[in-house]
Amino acid sequence: MENDNAVRVRGLVKRYPDKVAVDGVDLDIHRGEVFALLGPNGAGKTTTTEILEGYRRADEGEVSVLGTDPAHGDRRWRSRLGIVLQTSRDEAESTVLELVSHYAGYYPNPRDPDEVIAAVGLDEKRKTRPRKLSGGQRRRLDVALGVIGHPELLFLDEPTTGFDPEARRQFWTLIENLRTSGTTILLTTHYLDEAEHLADRVGVIADGRMIEIGTPETLGGRNARTARVSWTDADGPRELRTDRPTAEIAALMQRFDGEVPELEVRRPSLEDIYLDLIGKANTANTANTADTADAAVSIEAGAL
Amino acid sequence: MADAKPLPSTLSVGLARTKLEVREFFREKEALIFTFFFPIIFLGIFSAVFGSTDFNGVNAATYFTPGMIASGIFLSSFQSLAISIALERDEGLLKRLRGTPMPPQSYFIGKIGQVLVTSIAQFALLLAIAGLLLGVDIPSEPSKWLHFAWIFILGAASGSVLGIAFSVVPKSGKAASAVITPVVLLLQFMSGVYFVYSSLPGWMRDVASIFPLKWLAQGMRSVFLPDGFQVNEPGGSWQLGTGAIVLTVWLIVGLFLAQRVFRWTRRDAG
Repeated sequence: MENDNAVRVRGLVKRYPDKVAVDGVDLDIHRGEVFALLGPNGAGKTTTTEILEGYRRADEGEVSVLGTDPAHGDRRWRSRLGIVLQTSRDEAESTVLELVSHYAGYYPNPRDPDEVIAAVGLDEKRKTRPRKLSGGQRRRLDVALGVIGHPELLFLDEPTTGFDPEARRQFWTLIENLRTSGTTILLTTHYLDEAEHLADRVGVIADGRMIEIGTPETLGGRNARTARVSWTDADGPRELRTDRPTAEIAALMQRFDGEVPELEVRRPSLEDIYLDLIGKANTANTANTADTADAAVSIEAGAL
Repeated sequence: MADAKPLPSTLSVGLARTKLEVREFFREKEALIFTFFFPIIFLGIFSAVFGSTDFNGVNAATYFTPGMIASGIFLSSFQSLAISIALERDEGLLKRLRGTPMPPQSYFIGKIGQVLVTSIAQFALLLAIAGLLLGVDIPSEPSKWLHFAWIFILGAASGSVLGIAFSVVPKSGKAASAVITPVVLLLQFMSGVYFVYSSLPGWMRDVASIFPLKWLAQGMRSVFLPDGFQVNEPGGSWQLGTGAIVLTVWLIVGLFLAQRVFRWTRRDAG
C-alpha cells in the first residue's frame, strides 16, 4: 500500500561485527521534498541510505521505500528509483551520449537522453568519454544516469564533494530543477550550506541515531538561534549570547562612550547549530563513541 | 500501477549490453593487444623463428595454429572476463548496475555475447592470416568443422563461467591483471600451446590434463592437423571423448562456482 511518504522507516537497526552502525532510526520523507541527511563520517548515513536502496539488509525495524520493503524490491520497484552513488566507475570507453542512451534502455519510461544531457549541462561533451571529463562533469554524468529512468525518488550520496564553488552552484540549480519537476530527493552531504540551500528538511544523524529532524530554519530549536554579540575590551575578546542584542549594544556604547572595539553581532549559521548538535551527541556517549569512531569510518569507506 | 509500461525484456537488455561490451572491448587498447592480438602475434613470431623447421611432417605455422586458436578462445573467455569483471566490481560499476532495473541475467548475456563475438572474430582473423599468409592448410571436410563447432562452444562456455567465478580472486581491480595473466600464461605453457605437447615432461602433462586448455588445444589439433598426426599425441589418439568429458565437467563446476561466488559489491562491503 502506498502512502504519502516516499520513505518510511521505524526502529531501523543495523549491526556490524564490531559496532552498531544504525541504532533505532525513524525517518519519514514526504513525496516531492528534498531531504538532507547530515552527520559525521561513520555516523550511519551511508548504511541507512544503502538499506533504503536495497544494497544492505536491515537487522531490525520496518523500512518502506515507495511502498515496498527494499529487501524485496523487484525490477519494477528499481525502475522507480534513481541512485547516484558516492563513487562509481563508468564504462570507460563509451561516450556520454552512448552511456546515457544505453542506461535509458533499462527503464520502462525513460526520459529523452538528449534532454537529460542538456539538463545536466553536458551538451558539448556528448561525444566525450568519461575519463576525459572533469570531476564536476563526471558527477553530472552520474546524475544524468541516475535520472534517465524518470525516478520518483532520487538518492544523491555526497554529490558535490570535491567541486569548486562555481560547479557546486551549477549543480544546485540542476537539483532545484529536478525538485520542481516533482522528484523526491534524499541527499547526504557534508556541506551545511548545501543542505541549507537545497533541503526542505534536514535530519542530523550521529552515532547511529537520528538526533534531530527539522527545517533548516528550525533545526536546533529557538535557543540555538540566540544572537551572539562579541567585542574586545582590556581583558581581550568577549562574547555573550542574548535575545536582546540591540539593548546589549546600547549598553556597550554607554560603557565605551562611543565606538565598541571589534563589535560584531552574529546569528549562528546552520553549521554552528549542526556542530553544536553533534558536539552534544558526542559528550552524551563519550568514551564509547571515541573507540568505535575509527572502525565506523573504515566500514563506511569500505561500503563505497 | 495499471498504466505502467512494460519493463524491457531480459533478452533485449542483454543484447544491448552485448553491444556495449563489444564496443568497450574493441576500444580498449590493453584488452585488444593482450587478449585479441596476442595469439596472432605469437603465431607470427613462431612462424618467423622456426620457419620451415619440420614438426613431425608439418611446418611451424601449421603445427602452432591449433594451439593459438585454443589459446585465443581461452584468453577471450577466461582472461577477458576474469579481469574485466574484477575491475568492474572493484570500481563500483557492478554496484551501480545492481541499483538499476537491469536484470542480472542481462549482464551475463552481455558478457557471454562479448566472448562469442570477440572469439569468433579472433578465430576468423587467425585463420585468415594462417591460411593466406603462412600457408597453413585449412581443413575442408564438414566432419572436421562439426568437431570444431562443439570444441569451440564447450571451450568458450567453460572458459566464460570459470572467468566469471575467478573474478572474485583478485583483491582489487588494480591487482586483477597481475593475478590473472600469470595464471593464464602458466596454463598456456603447460598445456603445450607454445611447445610441442608430446615433448613436455610427463608430470607437466599430467598437471595440464586436469585443466581445460590442454583438452581445448588437443581438440583443435584434431581439427587442423592431418589425421595421421594423432600417433604423436601422448595417448596415441586425439582422445576427443575424454576431452568432451573434461570440458563438460569444468563447465558444470564453473557454472556452480560462478553462481555461488559472484557478487555485485566488493568483499569488504557488508
